[in-house]
Amino acid sequence: MNDEFSPAGEPEAEPDSGHYHLRLYVAGQTAKSLAAMKNLKRFCEEHLAGRYDIEVIDLMKNPQLAAGDQILAIPTLVRRLPSPLKRIIGDLSNTEKVLVGLDIRPKDSEP
Amino acid sequence: MPDALPAPSHEAEAAPTLPKAPTGIDGFDAITQGGLPAGRPSLICGAAGCGKTLFATTFLVNGATRFGEPGVFVSFEERAEDLVANVASLGYDLDRLVAEGRLAIDHVRVEKSEIEETGEYDLEGLFIRLGYAVDSIGAKRVVLDTIETLFSGFTDPALLRAELRRLFGWIKDRGLTAIITGERGEGQLTRQGLEEYVSDCVVLLDNRVSDQITTRRLRVVKYRGSAHGTNEYPFLIDHAGISVLPVTSADLDYAVSDGVISSGIAGLDAMLGPGGFHRGSSILVSGESGTGKTMLSSSFADAACRRGERCMAFVFEESGAQIIRNARSIGLDLQAHVEAGLLRFEAARPSLFGLEMHLARMHRDLEAFQPDVVVVDPISALRGPTSELQATLLRMIDLLKARGITAVFTSLRTEGALDPGDDLGVSSLMDAWIKLLNVEANGERSRTLYVIKARGMSHSHQIREFGMSGAGIRLVDAYIGPAGVLTGTARLAQEAQERAAALRRRQDSERRAREATRRRQAIERQIAELSAGLEAIADEERMLHDEDSLREAVLDEERRQMLARRASAQGSAQGSAPAVPVTGSGITPGVAQGAAQRAAE
Repeated sequence: MNDEFSPAGEPEAEPDSGHYHLRLYVAGQTAKSLAAMKNLKRFCEEHLAGRYDIEVIDLMKNPQLAAGDQILAIPTLVRRLPSPLKRIIGDLSNTEKVLVGLDIRPKDSEP
Repeated sequence: MPDALPAPSHEAEAAPTLPKAPTGIDGFDAITQGGLPAGRPSLICGAAGCGKTLFATTFLVNGATRFGEPGVFVSFEERAEDLVANVASLGYDLDRLVAEGRLAIDHVRVEKSEIEETGEYDLEGLFIRLGYAVDSIGAKRVVLDTIETLFSGFTDPALLRAELRRLFGWIKDRGLTAIITGERGEGQLTRQGLEEYVSDCVVLLDNRVSDQITTRRLRVVKYRGSAHGTNEYPFLIDHAGISVLPVTSADLDYAVSDGVISSGIAGLDAMLGPGGFHRGSSILVSGESGTGKTMLSSSFADAACRRGERCMAFVFEESGAQIIRNARSIGLDLQAHVEAGLLRFEAARPSLFGLEMHLARMHRDLEAFQPDVVVVDPISALRGPTSELQATLLRMIDLLKARGITAVFTSLRTEGALDPGDDLGVSSLMDAWIKLLNVEANGERSRTLYVIKARGMSHSHQIREFGMSGAGIRLVDAYIGPAGVLTGTARLAQEAQERAAALRRRQDSERRAREATRRRQAIERQIAELSAGLEAIADEERMLHDEDSLREAVLDEERRQMLARRASAQGSAQGSAPAVPVTGSGITPGVAQGAAQRAAE
């Protein structure tokens, strides 16, 4: 289920443009995974509308991909872009922490 | 303190109760009677630098190379490259094993600064990675080193504990033999109390420093479902990997040999009833410095190699090359034996390791070389607390005896030393004790030796003087007489005196013998003269007797002739007158005739 869904245009947007390339690792359709996916989508629509793409990787199907991103905990959200690489674990239910973890400042709050 | 280690034969009986996965680590499999519990996790804990990672790596490498069990190494601390480099010095080629699909290394990096927790999570990712690595090579063994690192990366210990419990359960379900390493913690075996979860087998490694010498020790804290050695066992990490010394065997049930082997010194053999030492016995050679202990033991080694036996020399004060050179001065070519692979020197400074480590090293070397004869030169170089020293030596002797190895120990004994009883403590453990003694007299020093004891054989009680020359060690009888024991020049002088005296005595008796002969001959001559005189007298007597009888005969004849003449004068007596010429006095021709006859005789 390496399904990409990028509702807001191209994933290959210019890196420095504040485009977010996120990868979510899950293991099967567990409650935590589903919660994480739901939370992530909601969160991105709220704060990163139009400048993000999400890649969901199910390690149950592609276990060989776990080592590459040093995945231990499930679910893990990896911010590939912008650098530096960030890891956020958990079901993303704590929006405040996700914001801090992804180093996101909502557009409207920018000075 | 010592607990009996069951003989290897018991392994077969123990095996059905609990399957075991051999680690291939010398000694450890003996302590645990077969290795770690197969299909279960075991905990190896200890402080930093005790060899946990090495133990675990050895377990995996041996599994892959010797027991056909591929393994997965999950490293939470070292990167795969570092791990490969670290064990390369032991001859482990992890890269090759990885390439051959017999080993998988996965470095799990836990970096707290990179992790932000935002809600519920679990460690399924770790399970997946582990499961993937295991499946990819069909692994039977797993190492998690050091899993406690997880606690530094995640903030929820309760969740981690639950996940670890699940992980160990998962390992059991998968039938993987696993080693989990843990840092030694305060008041408990590991910092996070992992022993709580890994309850099947816990091994504690320790690295203790005493008197600036470190000794590594290993203890099996628990082993559910199996008997195991409970002592602390010294173990060794060096270029040959890990070896554990299962030291104590309580029973003295060595197989003894009746064979007799030569010491390489004919004179010494002659002092012993059977003409040599019993095979498998322990022989102590003690003496002050310069009494020839090393040369004596070298002779022993040389003799063993000449018989085609393997000999190993543990030397603590000289290098092997130096001993070879020195032995050449007494005509022993040890170099040839070394080249032939029969003789091996293992030289080490006594202070290099603690006593236990020396023992462990010795144990490993004995296993590797399988010698028939061992020389330890000198045991007095091993220093330590007296009680520990004696225990170590006892085990060393045990070690050798259990293998039927004949051992020669030398011991330096200094006259007037603080602790003159040093070698006495050892001597009761020895089967034979040869004491070398320098005798000082008349401004010179001579080497002597005597046999203090030799169990199970009659032996000479005399002091022998010995000399070392290019022809080897040669024993001479020391002079023991009214003047005491004389050696060296004094002995030679005394011997010369005795030779002179003997010569004098011999000459004396020869002279007396000649005298007697002469007297006997004189008497015999007298006897001959007398008997000649006797014969002369007898002759004279016989002659006189003959004359008498002749005279009688002549007289008879004359009487008969006169009678006849008278008869013819009376009858017809003309023709008979010229028959008897009458000469001289007429009636004495017979006497004259007899005298003439005697003169002729």
